[in-house]
This record gives sequence, structure tokens and C-alpha cells, in this order.
Amino acid sequence: MIELQKVAHSYGGGELFADVTLALSPGGFFFLTGPSGAGKTTLLKLLYGELSPSAGQVRLFGTPLARMSRDDIAFARRRIGVVHQDCQFLDHLSLAENVALPLTVAGATTAEADADLDELLAWVGLDTRADALPPALSGGERQRAALARAVIMAPDVILADEPTGNLDWDMSLRLLTLLVELNRMGKTILIATHDLALIRAAKSQITARVLRIAGRRLQTAGAEL
Amino acid sequence: MTPSSRSATALPPADRVVPPSGFTARLTGFTSAAMAFLAVFALALSLASGRLADRWQAALAQSATIRISAPPSQIEAQTAAVLAILETTPGVADARALTEAEIAALLAPWLGPDLPLDALPLPRIVEIVETPDGFDANGLRMRLAAEAPGAVLDDHTRWRRPLVAAAERLRLLGLIAIALIGAATAAMITLAAQAALAANAQVIRVLRLVGARDAWIARAFVRRFTRRAFLGAALGTAAGMAAVAALPATDAAGAFLTGLGFAGLHWLWPLVLPPLAALVAWAATRAAALRELRRIT
Ligand SMILES: Nc1ncnc2c1ncn2[C@@H]1O[C@H](COP(=O)(O)OP(=O)(O)OP(=O)(O)O)[C@@H](O)[C@H]1O
Ligand SMILES: [Mg+2]
Repeated sequence: MIELQKVAHSYGGGELFADVTLALSPGGFFFLTGPSGAGKTTLLKLLYGELSPSAGQVRLFGTPLARMSRDDIAFARRRIGVVHQDCQFLDHLSLAENVALPLTVAGATTAEADADLDELLAWVGLDTRADALPPALSGGERQRAALARAVIMAPDVILADEPTGNLDWDMSLRLLTLLVELNRMGKTILIATHDLALIRAAKSQITARVLRIAGRRLQTAGAEL
Repeated sequence: MTPSSRSATALPPADRVVPPSGFTARLTGFTSAAMAFLAVFALALSLASGRLADRWQAALAQSATIRISAPPSQIEAQTAAVLAILETTPGVADARALTEAEIAALLAPWLGPDLPLDALPLPRIVEIVETPDGFDANGLRMRLAAEAPGAVLDDHTRWRRPLVAAAERLRLLGLIAIALIGAATAAMITLAAQAALAANAQVIRVLRLVGARDAWIARAFVRRFTRRAFLGAALGTAAGMAAVAALPATDAAGAFLTGLGFAGLHWLWPLVLPPLAALVAWAATRAAALRELRRIT
């Protein structure tokens, strides 16, 4: 679905990582770990086309990123749900409006959004907070809202950057359960996280591949997990 | 709140997705209002000078006459020659020799009604109706001198011709002023739109992350600016029309200037300005937005 071939990235200085090859296969469950600053967020940005690699090739749903028009990238992003590390909400819109934003920009009608949204907000336990503005939300509420927004378009792939960064353990497990549920529905999931306990908890429920950025390379993590 | 009433508001309208940005929207509204106000006057100027040109033009059409004084033996022949010349003169729509009775009527105020016409060598008078373009008076004089020496071209009202040209030029200047006002409005709105886009770079980033196409983002901005421009221009137009209506009425003497204002159905013309401003704003904002969006990656 999404592939990186011998990809390198640098923000102008030295290369953050190089020679990264990764294929997010349909229905796969992936974890991405690595020390802070290793480039996890950067790698995710490459996977949804926000950044272009400084070397190598990125393919979104079979098409090389370099050959995609801006509109092509917009359409591809509707098939990739992203939970951003910093959530990326519009602070002047309510939580419900933020969650529905992908539908809005895709030109959906209110009726289409109706059922989806109610169900989704209940699913992430935010049905009572629908009218709150993002700055008034707790960290955990923000991350659950971000997950709701990431899945509202029924995407094929979900990329989550530190989705449990602000959550207590119970809430982390709930969020993981939601993601596992999505994976069982056939979605491809990639979670970038520091939280090794979360990875272990996931591995007890599904088979997950654990990747690790270390020493400017992407490796498959070994048995220590 | 019930779920259904909340859901109805969950899809924000496209133009609410962009946060209301105070000064750019106000700038657009104010510019449109001021420019529409000015455009109403430019329009009034243009229409009034158009009316003036038309009226003077109509007066000019019956301006010229040819007087033929010749010995009685030649007068018929010269009159016929003059009419023949006029028939082949470009710019002459019609030419007609006045009858003796008409000439007598013309002379009566000067010479009294009991004039013994037979005793006087009356001149013949040929009346010329010009086309709007008019004829070449000097060329006609030369031909008359050659073929009908007793004929004198009298075109004393032709001095108005430059005035007609001036009035027509004034109409054109009015139209150019409207075009310039439109261009200045477009420039101002472009700047305002650029400022709004720059101020909302983060919003644009988020919209892109959730899969918005450039055209959609541009539309969100364009709608707001178009609406502002329309409302501003409507206000400005109303104020301008009120100001024109309140101009002191010109009496008969002042009517020489025909009065700067609208007459009859011409009052409908200013109503074109608000939609026109909206169109200008739409085109300017759209071009600016698409250009900026291509720049911001
Ligand atoms: N836009 C940018 N311009 C320049 N440098 C950047 C930019 N974004 C990130 N970096 C740098 O690239 C490196 C990797 O950043 P990245 O956010 O990918 O790390 P990360 O693995 O996600 O870290 P964390 O676990 O703290 O989220 C960091 O050193 C960061 O400072
Ligand atoms: Mg990160």
C-alpha cells in the first residue's frame, strides 16, 4: 500500500536516516520505535507524503510520490488516516467539527457525516465533549479525537504518532484496543511509540512487526520485546 | 444537546473552516465600498456626457445651409449644380432647396410681411442634413467655388463639433475611470487575500493534512472575500446613488452642463456595480489563492 525504497531524509544538515526500505502490507500491524529525535515522525511524514525523501522512492498506493500532482496527494491522504503527534486541530472549530473535517474537505454532505460521526465519537468516548473547542480538551481527549478524525474517512492505512503519549495506562490500553479492532477490520496500522509496554500488550493480542530506527538505519527489532 | 441537532452542525461550512480574519475582511469591505462610491460618479459622468454628446450631435445634424446668390439667369443652373455636388459629398445625409415661401418666411422678421418678392433678387437656400460623421467643409467649399461660384456654405453651428468630440471623450474617460477603479479594487483585494492566506498558513497545513485539494482551500477563502466585496460595494453604491440624487437640480441655464446625474432607466446602471465588484473579488482572490497555495508547500 505504502512503500519506501532505499529512502533517505535530511532536513538540510546531515542525513537523519538512509537506505530505509519498508512496505506497509495490507492488514499489517507495525510498531516504530527509536530514541527521541531518531526520526520517527519524519519517517511518518514520508509515508503520507508531507515530506519528500532526499534519496530513494516513496510509493503511495502504487504511484511514486514524485509523479503525483498536488491533487493526487490530497486524494491519497483521504485513504491514510494520521494521528499526529501534536494532533493538528483547528482551534476555532469544535471537536465534532474537527473530527468531521476530512469529510468536509472531501465535500461530503451533512447527512453522510451524521451517522458516522455520532458512532465514532461514542466509540472514542467523546460524545459528551462534541461541542468543546480543542484548547479546552485534555491531552487524552485530544488524542482520542485525533484518532476519531484519522478513521472517519474509513482509510486503508492508519499512521499514529505517539498516540498514547498523553494517556494513562488504562486509556492507552483502550486506544490500543480501538486500533487492534481497526486492524481486525482489515486496516493497516503503524504506531510510532516509545512505550514498550504498549508494544508487549499489543503482541499479546495480534502479530505485530516491530521496527526500530537506530544508527540512521531502520531495523527489525529482535526478541528483547 | 441531542445527537441529531449536534450532527447538523458538525460539518462546518467551507468558509467557516478558515477563521474569520478581522483586518483583511474589513479592508476588502471598505475598499469595495469606497471604490463603488467612486464608480457611481464615474458612471454618472460617463452617462451624462454621453447624453450631452447625443443631444449636441442631433443639433448638429441640421446645422449647415448653402446660400446661392446669382443673376436670375444663372440661379436655377447653380442651384441644380449645388444639389448635384451635395449628392456626391460624403457626410451629407440629405439636401433640399427651400421653397420661395419658406425663404420669405425666413426673411419676414427682417423685411416685413408685405415684401414684394418679385421685385427682389432673392437668394436660394439649400438646407443640409449631415450624417453623424459630418462632411469636409473645406473640400465642399472648394468644389462649390469651382462649380457654383454664387454659392456660400454657411456652417456657423459647426463650432459645436469639437464640443461633441469633447463630450464623447469625457464619456470614454468615465469608462476608463471605472476600469481603473476595478483594477485598483482587484489589486487591493489581491493583497488582502494574500495577507489572509499568509496569516492562515497553519490552517492551510491542517486542511492539506486531512486531504483538502488546493481548489477547495481556495474556495473557502474566495467565498468570504466575494461576499465581503459584494456587501461593501452594495453599501458604496447605495451611498453614491444617494449622493448623486442629492446633487442640486440644474435649471434651464445650468442644463448646458446637462447636470451630472442619472436619467430614467440609467438609474439601473449603478446596480451593476455590486455584482461586478463581487466578480472582481472572486477572480482576484481565486488567482491569488491558487498562486499562494502553489507556493506554500
Ligand atoms: N522541520 C524540521 N526542520 C529541521 N529539523 C527538523 C525538522 N523536523 C524535525 N527535525 C529534526 O529531525 C530530527 C528527527 O525529528 P523527528 O521529529 O522525526 O524525531 P522523532 O523520532 O519523532 O522524535 P520524538 O520521539 O521526540 O517524537 C530531530 O533532531 C529534529 O530536531
Ligand atoms: Mg516524533
